[in-house]
Amino acid sequence: MELRYDLAVIGGGPAGMAAALRARERGVERIIILERAEKLGGILEQCIHTGFGLHYFGEELSGPEYAGRFIKEVEKTDIDVRTDTMVLSIGEDNTVTAVNKKDGVLKIHATAVILAMGCRERPRGALQMAGTRPSGVMTAGTAQKYVNIDGYMPGHKVVILGSGDIGLIMARRMTLEGAEVKMVCEIMPYSGGLTRNIVQCLNDFGIPLHLSTTVVSTHGRDRLEGVTIAKVDERMQPIPGTEEYVECDTLMLSVGLIPENELSVAAGVELDRVTRGAVVTEMRETTKSGVFACGNVLQVHDLVDFVTMEAQTAGEGAAAYIRDRSAFDGAEYIFTKTGPGVRYIVPQKVNIHAPEDVKLFFRVGAIYKNARIVVKADGERISDKKHVRLTPGEMENVTIKRDTLKHLSPDSILSVEVEE
Amino acid sequence: MIYDAAIIGAGVTGAMTARALSKYDVSVVLIEKENDVAMGATKANSAICHAGFDAATGTLKAKLNVRGCEMMAGVCKELNVPYKNNGSLVLAFTDEEVETLGTLYDRGVANGVKGMRIVERDELLKMEPNLNPEVKAALLAETAGIVCPYELTIAAAECAASNGVEFLRNAEVVSVEYKDGRYFIGTSAGTVEAKLVINAAGVHAAEVARMMGDDSFEIIPRKGEYFVLDRNVGGLVSRVIFQCPTVMGKGILVTPTVDGNLLIGPTSLDVPDCEDVSTTWEGLEDVKRLAAKSVPAASSRDAITSFSGVRAHGSSGDFVIGRSAACPGLINAACIESPGLSAAPAIAEAVEQIFLDACEVRPALKEKYDTGRPAPVRFRHLTDEQREELIARDPAYGRIVCRCETVTEGEIRDAITGPTGARDVDGVKRRTRAGMGRCQGGFCGSKVLEILAQELELPYNAITKFGRDSKIIYERTK
Amino acid sequence: MAENKVTVMTCVTCPIGCTITAEQDAEGNVISVKGNTCKRGEAYAKTELTAPMRSLTSTVKVRGGRHPVVPVKSRTPVPKARMFDIMAEIAKVTVDAPVAAGQTVIADVLGTGVDIITEDSM
Repeated sequence: MELRYDLAVIGGGPAGMAAALRARERGVERIIILERAEKLGGILEQCIHTGFGLHYFGEELSGPEYAGRFIKEVEKTDIDVRTDTMVLSIGEDNTVTAVNKKDGVLKIHATAVILAMGCRERPRGALQMAGTRPSGVMTAGTAQKYVNIDGYMPGHKVVILGSGDIGLIMARRMTLEGAEVKMVCEIMPYSGGLTRNIVQCLNDFGIPLHLSTTVVSTHGRDRLEGVTIAKVDERMQPIPGTEEYVECDTLMLSVGLIPENELSVAAGVELDRVTRGAVVTEMRETTKSGVFACGNVLQVHDLVDFVTMEAQTAGEGAAAYIRDRSAFDGAEYIFTKTGPGVRYIVPQKVNIHAPEDVKLFFRVGAIYKNARIVVKADGERISDKKHVRLTPGEMENVTIKRDTLKHLSPDSILSVEVEE
Repeated sequence: MIYDAAIIGAGVTGAMTARALSKYDVSVVLIEKENDVAMGATKANSAICHAGFDAATGTLKAKLNVRGCEMMAGVCKELNVPYKNNGSLVLAFTDEEVETLGTLYDRGVANGVKGMRIVERDELLKMEPNLNPEVKAALLAETAGIVCPYELTIAAAECAASNGVEFLRNAEVVSVEYKDGRYFIGTSAGTVEAKLVINAAGVHAAEVARMMGDDSFEIIPRKGEYFVLDRNVGGLVSRVIFQCPTVMGKGILVTPTVDGNLLIGPTSLDVPDCEDVSTTWEGLEDVKRLAAKSVPAASSRDAITSFSGVRAHGSSGDFVIGRSAACPGLINAACIESPGLSAAPAIAEAVEQIFLDACEVRPALKEKYDTGRPAPVRFRHLTDEQREELIARDPAYGRIVCRCETVTEGEIRDAITGPTGARDVDGVKRRTRAGMGRCQGGFCGSKVLEILAQELELPYNAITKFGRDSKIIYERTK
Repeated sequence: MAENKVTVMTCVTCPIGCTITAEQDAEGNVISVKGNTCKRGEAYAKTELTAPMRSLTSTVKVRGGRHPVVPVKSRTPVPKARMFDIMAEIAKVTVDAPVAAGQTVIADVLGTGVDIITEDSM
């Protein structure tokens, strides 16, 4: 089946929905959202805890509630939605090939494409974990689906590796459902999750958090019977002699999220080595003309509110592109540069003729107390702000004024750094 | 029911033998202690079809390897199993190793291996630009290839089952008694009666032989650990890259797989427990270090999984194939370590002859049999037109369940409903590759579980990862 | 005379997670709250030191729905000390599809004055 659309949005989670809605508001007429699950909402459907929406809606919602608000908005529009539909490829001319049970193979000729595929969890295989390969080793997200969607207990005695928010949330969730969560191990010397989650998910239930500790091996032939944990040194190598056996039937992994960019790479989109998401402009356009990216496929966010806002930027970008792509030809880009202490910056490219102020999102590489975030343009300080606390687990942002950009030239350097 | 033959062990040896016997007008049962075929050394080895220069001239290993390697392409074609004749290289880094290449070459010639030559450094680096530039020379063996060992086994078992061989799973052999001219094989799934017993029990073959009064060989379990690397580095080398052999085996290799990944390993360590398929920190460190010697860019950073397998190293050093001297109704196909996969078609051919000779009355061929297996649907390899056609026929092929490997619901249902079909999540994975990709089932695992539960008409929490007590989820939350 | 007690805590009201320092007098009365960036932080500190409250989310069995369970939450935070009692109440309930989002599943659970409501339609 061949179809023609102005905009094809790949992924119907929070990013895809917000991007499509904003593009519609900006006058894009023919929009289609392609979603692989049976309904819109993405991963939020299984995130039944609250904590979503405080920045965007000014109130605290659960995942399904946050998604529900956008699903309702999409339903009010004439945006086409194809669920249970998997995108297989994006062609040279932004033709999206997808497949589903009803339509068979779909060829969607789109002027612009928004990538909103989200991210996936790092599996066990990506870690060097020795031992047996029993059942009972699963990602925290998989366990979350079993508990919250399917209504089954994935285990009774649980060790969680990784203190990112999903790991912390699952520690509480499993405890409330009657499991014994023995500990959360974190290979880094600090937690990757929000402090409030450490308080209300671990401290509230007396679950210990072991920092600089990892799981070195698994035991048990059929179902997991235990794990060996060990302290790690600064190079994150296990320290001999610190091994300890912990009996458990379940090991949940919350060891990082990876933007799901297989489609993007196959389509020729250039990725950032650090974010593992696309290299984008302030409009979130990738290196492939007319292809935009937003949400966790672009950079892994801590808060869905920021996913929504980023998606709206991408929606505006796509709308502008569809309206008049020649407007993009006059752009002159400067690259943002990570200074000391900063791991990455999104966007990587900024148009110095941008009609509005531009926000740069970034993460620091370590925990800092009372440090300053300094933005420099060609070495000259253009902003400087003191932060009581900076941590890699929390995304930061700075705003670059349109007036500042205007005075830069294409070979200028715009950098962000941490000053202690 | 008294079977003419009971084959114990549904690894590559047992399944290929079952296929060979299934042509004849005899009743055959394939007995397996696990929930699926290919659960022992067969699912965890180097997936190589060796050319045949390693084993000492005159041994069964040498003879059957060379013959098996000749047969492999044809067998794989019949069974619709991917096979790639990509050739192998043994690298030499020192003058001493260069001499070893000469020894290997001479032995290969004596074993009847064709298509070998020594390649010098410059040509070598042109052939394989990602090799360690310190390499001096290599032995090229053009007849070597790669094949997926469990896919070959699954296909052979399906072929045998389609020809009438019965497959008995979760049936661990615990005793064998001879009475009234037949063997009573006591298994955890009941007693099986058979006139002849074919022992293809892998690392357990010596135990089975002992149950039947044959203690002529021992098995020393030998463990090998591996990493599977992501497809994005699958093209680092195009041939199988070996290092010079040591007493413990052929050393660490780096090879593409037929599915496009890169495989590095194995270590080689004698272990007391033949079921010990755990990996070790030290073993995996060795694999990384030694693989980097051949191909510096082959890094565990790209690892998507690691695994280990236990090979059935025989006390004599050679395969043990033939009628048992101690027990005339026992045919051993034992001590099948490397090059067991390469030799599998030839081992089956040899056991077939031994079986025919052992039968009181020489069995006739069946009127109708098929030594092939229909090609399973592989959605990822189809054109869009073929996909359209397929989905129109059965919409289940329009739903992608495993995104990393592009596997459809239809393929997963086929894997479960086929002859000797999958009964667990890993069985589906081996048949379809669902869960074999870079996310390792993180996304599709629960969907595969749902489809298994539907097809097998079982509750979700009855589905296992690989049989036994490998349950994935427990009771309902409420 | 007993000294004033100083407690340092992380506010869990929102994802910002302010570090709050609260001071109590000998009788346990909260006499100062510092470090919060909004009013809710002050309220949090006070209840945290006297009667801590938490949001509670779980699932409830559903008959004939898209999934076997539907997510639920406490409309407002519930006493932290009663979370497991409330979980036991939630486990007793089964609802029939169709279920609307925001539907009350248990009114005034265990007399806490808080309703348990659905988060999603099913």
